[in-house]
Amino acid sequence: MVKAKHDLAGIEKCPTGIRGLDEITNGGLPKGRPTLICGGAGSGKTLFAMEFLMHGAIKYGEPGVFMTFEETPQDLAKNFFSLGFDLPEMMSRGLIETDHVSITRGEIEETGEYDLEGLFIRLGAAIDAIGAKRVVLDTIEALFSELPNATILRAELRRLFLWLKERGVTAIVTGESGDKTLTRYGLEEYVADCVILLDFRIVEQIATRRLRIVKYRGSAHGADEYPFLIDEDGISVLPITSLGLDYPVSKERISTGVPKLDAMLGGKGFFRGSTILLSGTAGTGKTSLSGTFADAACRRGERCLYFAFEESPRQIIRNMESIGLDLDQWVKKGLLKFHSARPTLCGLEMHLVTFHKVIEAFKPRIFIVDPISNLINAGTAPEVKSVLTRLIDYLKMNKISTFLTDLTHFGSSLERTSEEISSLIDTWLLLRDIELKGERNRGLYILKSRGMNHSNQIQEFLITNQGIDLVDIYTGSGEALTGSARAAQEAREKALEMERRHEADRIRRDQERKRKALEAKIDALRAEFDAESEELDFLREEEKKREEVVAQEQLKMKNLRKGKHAADQEKAPKRKANGKRKGA
Amino acid sequence: MKKKTGNTAADELEKSNNPEKHVLILYVAGMTPKSSVAIDNVRKFCENNLQGRYELKVIDLYQQPELAQETQIVATPTLIKELPLPLRKLIGDMSDTQRILVGMDLKPGN
Repeated sequence: MVKAKHDLAGIEKCPTGIRGLDEITNGGLPKGRPTLICGGAGSGKTLFAMEFLMHGAIKYGEPGVFMTFEETPQDLAKNFFSLGFDLPEMMSRGLIETDHVSITRGEIEETGEYDLEGLFIRLGAAIDAIGAKRVVLDTIEALFSELPNATILRAELRRLFLWLKERGVTAIVTGESGDKTLTRYGLEEYVADCVILLDFRIVEQIATRRLRIVKYRGSAHGADEYPFLIDEDGISVLPITSLGLDYPVSKERISTGVPKLDAMLGGKGFFRGSTILLSGTAGTGKTSLSGTFADAACRRGERCLYFAFEESPRQIIRNMESIGLDLDQWVKKGLLKFHSARPTLCGLEMHLVTFHKVIEAFKPRIFIVDPISNLINAGTAPEVKSVLTRLIDYLKMNKISTFLTDLTHFGSSLERTSEEISSLIDTWLLLRDIELKGERNRGLYILKSRGMNHSNQIQEFLITNQGIDLVDIYTGSGEALTGSARAAQEAREKALEMERRHEADRIRRDQERKRKALEAKIDALRAEFDAESEELDFLREEEKKREEVVAQEQLKMKNLRKGKHAADQEKAPKRKANGKRKGA
Repeated sequence: MKKKTGNTAADELEKSNNPEKHVLILYVAGMTPKSSVAIDNVRKFCENNLQGRYELKVIDLYQQPELAQETQIVATPTLIKELPLPLRKLIGDMSDTQRILVGMDLKPGN
């Protein structure tokens, strides 16, 4: 939708003081002209008109006249009081004048031509009495059922609206919705300047209030249907439109509260202002992770708004204590604000309006919805997408980091519920059950995380007394194990490893022994060999000595024989030497 | 403000079906031709039907605007029958005598 930022000059505006409406209408209702507010029974027409008058009298110094055709002044006073306005007091101060026009059909008999001059006189008197600048006629159509001559009435109403313009008062005329026309009696034909339609729809037992500016002559205005809220503060119209994709982005990273999860997210956690979706089946620890994230935010001194759709704040605080989180301290410090409501309390749009209103008031940096899936189920797919787009755009515009949890159902694809919204999500974490060997354990992984290098591992998600921890999952031997199976497997592995180590040690020792034995043998053989060599040397020495001795003996004998037989000198020593050798 | 008071017991006897005195107030918005027509018609009606036992008052709301709210006047002219009870309101220029008779409980409605 294209919304003009500036307005045409010339149309003077009369601020209504109703939150959000003046933004949509670029300043308020057309000043000095009548505006038609139409809607079905209970759509908030009277409330709208009352707020218009009260804000006019209190904030803008414009006294007003409330002419009621249906409710008695007593009822009116009560209604005003429920919004915190003291009607009798305002009347005594001359800021508001009321006039209850009561006609009972049974009392009236038409006896010819007439006009509504009496009404004009009454209105004129009331306006003059307090110098009113604003007038409300609620609901002037009642006249149609009381006065039978519609032809006269139509002519007179036309005259009345002209008269109001002449008087220069800004008027609100309310009218009941008709079947085919905006109002049952076609008032829109007379009040041509500005027509606002209030709609109160009930789809599948859930009510949604919407406001639309049907026409606004001479002024640009938002053309969408805007959801609005009626609560103790009156009407809040919230111009939540899709703001487009030009919001500021941040490079700042914020911790998830779980160091190992930060590690999985590129080591630093989420981007500030990003939208995080945590999907998981029942009991996978979504709230625990939300609580941890909230705790981390509060530790940093950031304000955190926690919308709980399943549990009461006290219950969440109690439950989080069991995992070592003291959220109560943050609530007391005003950093953490819980807002609990049943998702069926009102329609999707209304929740959106509530979000908007509470966010505006609390100004959080972290916004948690736990879980958003109940809301998703409250509307149709296109509706959900439209609402969430507007919500997320709004949050991004305000740099609020958003953490949404999403309860997925057993048996359906984990990714299913979020099909519609996945494109809106920056970081999508999935918590899943891993059922194995008679045991359920939780696994966490990152389905996507825009703009960061994130882990592709499934981590086992442990909720302990000290908070949340992530453990590497066992992925050996071609299977993934968690919980006690993982522990058992790890123990088995350790035992096997030990055994293997022992075996290796044993073999090594054996080998060593063998080597030593071999060395010993080698030593022994070498010793024997040495011994033999020694023997041999000894024998050789002996022989040598003996030969020397023999040689000496022979020489001695020769010398002896020289003395007697000089001729035998050569032959005799040869024989004796041979004889000796044989004996050895 | 004009006043006309009926008299005689003869009238009462004549109209024995409604012997009470009628107190009527006609509210008009300014002395317009329409107002004048209404005043004339009411007077004529009273003379014809309530002779001697009615009291008629004509009020111009422009002179006393506060009365419009007090008496819950929306349309003009409005003729209010204050007495006898119940209170009745007749609107219009009082040109339809039959309807006035019905409106004043002088004649049962069809």
